[in-house]
Amino acid sequence: MNRNAILALLGVVLLGFVPFVMDDFFINLTSQILCYALFAVSLNLIVGYGGMTSLGHAAYFGIAAYGVTWLHTVAGWGQLSSAIGAVAVATFTAAVFGVLALRASGLSFLMITLALGQIVWGVAYRWVGLTQGDNGMRFPVRPEPLGFNINGATSFYYFSLIVFVVSVYIIWRVVQSPFGAGLRGTKDQPRRMRMLGHNVWMIRWVAFIMSGFWAAIAGLLFVYYQKFVSPYTVSLQQSAEVLLMTILGGAGTLTGPMVGAVIVTLVKNVASSYVERWNALLGLIFVLAVVFMPTGLVPGFRKLWKRRTAPPPASTPALTAKPSTEHAS
Amino acid sequence: MQFWLIQTLNSIAFGGLLFLLSSGFSLIFGLMRMPNLAHGAFFMLGAYFGATFMNWGINFWIAALMAGLVVGGLGIVLERGLLRKLAGNAQGQVLVTLGVSFIIADVCLMVWTGDPVPVPAPQWARAPTFFIGYAFPTYRLVVLGVAVVAAVLLYILMERTRLGAMIRAGVDDMEMARGVGIRVSLLFMMVFLLGAALAGLGGTIGGPIMQAYPGLDQDMLPLALVVVILGGVGSLLGAFVGSFAVGFIYNFGTALFPDFAYVILFLPMVAVLVLMPQGLFAGARQ
Repeated sequence: MNRNAILALLGVVLLGFVPFVMDDFFINLTSQILCYALFAVSLNLIVGYGGMTSLGHAAYFGIAAYGVTWLHTVAGWGQLSSAIGAVAVATFTAAVFGVLALRASGLSFLMITLALGQIVWGVAYRWVGLTQGDNGMRFPVRPEPLGFNINGATSFYYFSLIVFVVSVYIIWRVVQSPFGAGLRGTKDQPRRMRMLGHNVWMIRWVAFIMSGFWAAIAGLLFVYYQKFVSPYTVSLQQSAEVLLMTILGGAGTLTGPMVGAVIVTLVKNVASSYVERWNALLGLIFVLAVVFMPTGLVPGFRKLWKRRTAPPPASTPALTAKPSTEHAS
Repeated sequence: MQFWLIQTLNSIAFGGLLFLLSSGFSLIFGLMRMPNLAHGAFFMLGAYFGATFMNWGINFWIAALMAGLVVGGLGIVLERGLLRKLAGNAQGQVLVTLGVSFIIADVCLMVWTGDPVPVPAPQWARAPTFFIGYAFPTYRLVVLGVAVVAAVLLYILMERTRLGAMIRAGVDDMEMARGVGIRVSLLFMMVFLLGAALAGLGGTIGGPIMQAYPGLDQDMLPLALVVVILGGVGSLLGAFVGSFAVGFIYNFGTALFPDFAYVILFLPMVAVLVLMPQGLFAGARQ
């Protein structure tokens, strides 16, 4: 067992103790953070590992949330089948949008994902017959997975924690797999990857779909938590928020998006109880994060940590190497 | 018949408005290789400023020009103050423009409150114009006229002046343009000023049709994106054709199928992306 695995296990155990030391308000806040952290980790699959910055990721999150609500309350499906149906619809949307957005790369990709995301927003906002427009939709009762009641704050927290840990573990395995290596390869060296016989487009597309799938799972958690979904869930702000979490924490690291989710969710909750200007604050953090911490907090701190511990080993080889070369000459 | 005629005129006028918005967006994207996501916010600011200036009793046209100048100045501040510092990091630049657009939108909400602010049309353009027995809203014709004038001026600027030639060179091949001694960073500032000023002017000109309201920025930005996806990045002709196409689709879509206006808008974009992902009139070599 290496150090990272021990740290991860320690983190999970600590998270497991949260309900014993906090009151309901903070337990709920932590559930919310878990949901957004999974959302950010899903986006990180394409932003951090695939180098594809999407500004429409709230679409899959929100389609799952709307989908499960609609299937359960309007179509009258059972809890499990509506959850599966909603995730299927969201993943399918990701597959279609992926085909379109991957016609372009770089910033055109970003622009197309934004436009596609706004169309989902338009449907949620304008197609009142389907989505009840600006009023949003209510999700009446949380499901009872395997017969457990998750209506209380603590029980729902453990439900979120289990979903979060399992999902992140699978995502981590994907990132570590040969597919993950291929994905990072398409980010850094797409031409070499093509020369090596990899289908770059296919790797990107599959990553895009996976990313949409996990965003949909996060969307389910979200609607189970809130019991309510509104067009804000699929808005550009929501997409920007999750992108900010990913970038602020550090794209391309597993823990970065989680750190970002903690910070952004806390700031949002704290700020919204004092000021109503959350959007301006979001924009300001965005600007500051990009200007002052382009690689994000986690890689930044890691570098700081290395700088603190590294200098002796970095300088000693140089010192020992110098006399030896002199000796050789 | 009246319905179709009026809707057609509305579509053309809206297309003209979109041209004011998206020509600048397209030029900035073509030259700086980045979509300026604050462009919708610039448009909204233009509408609010125009309304405020007219409240002070300033003439409509002067108010529109002033709104354009103020927003253009803001564009320069954004370009010099923030985007310059991130030169070479296009993704960071885009995210900064997104952050700035949120800040602008929230400040607008703070200053002008959540209620829509009406932007009055000039007095003489409020009565309808009668032509072959039909009544046409005069102001829509005015908007169309402004858009055509702007298009002609932009065309002359881009095709007949030294500055335009330099901008075209930058869009086509930035390295080479730098190599022959064009100060590309100065061009960035000029194009940002031009694009932001056009958006601000468009905001005031569009004000009497659309009003100034919170969320106007996010209604307009996707339209500019679709125009540029349709017309191709950095192409004036593409922005022109794309604007009127989107104007027609959006306007008739909203009038005939109000629930699906966004989805209908999306169809031609999908078609273009599938068939010719560079856009119909691709300007920039990518």
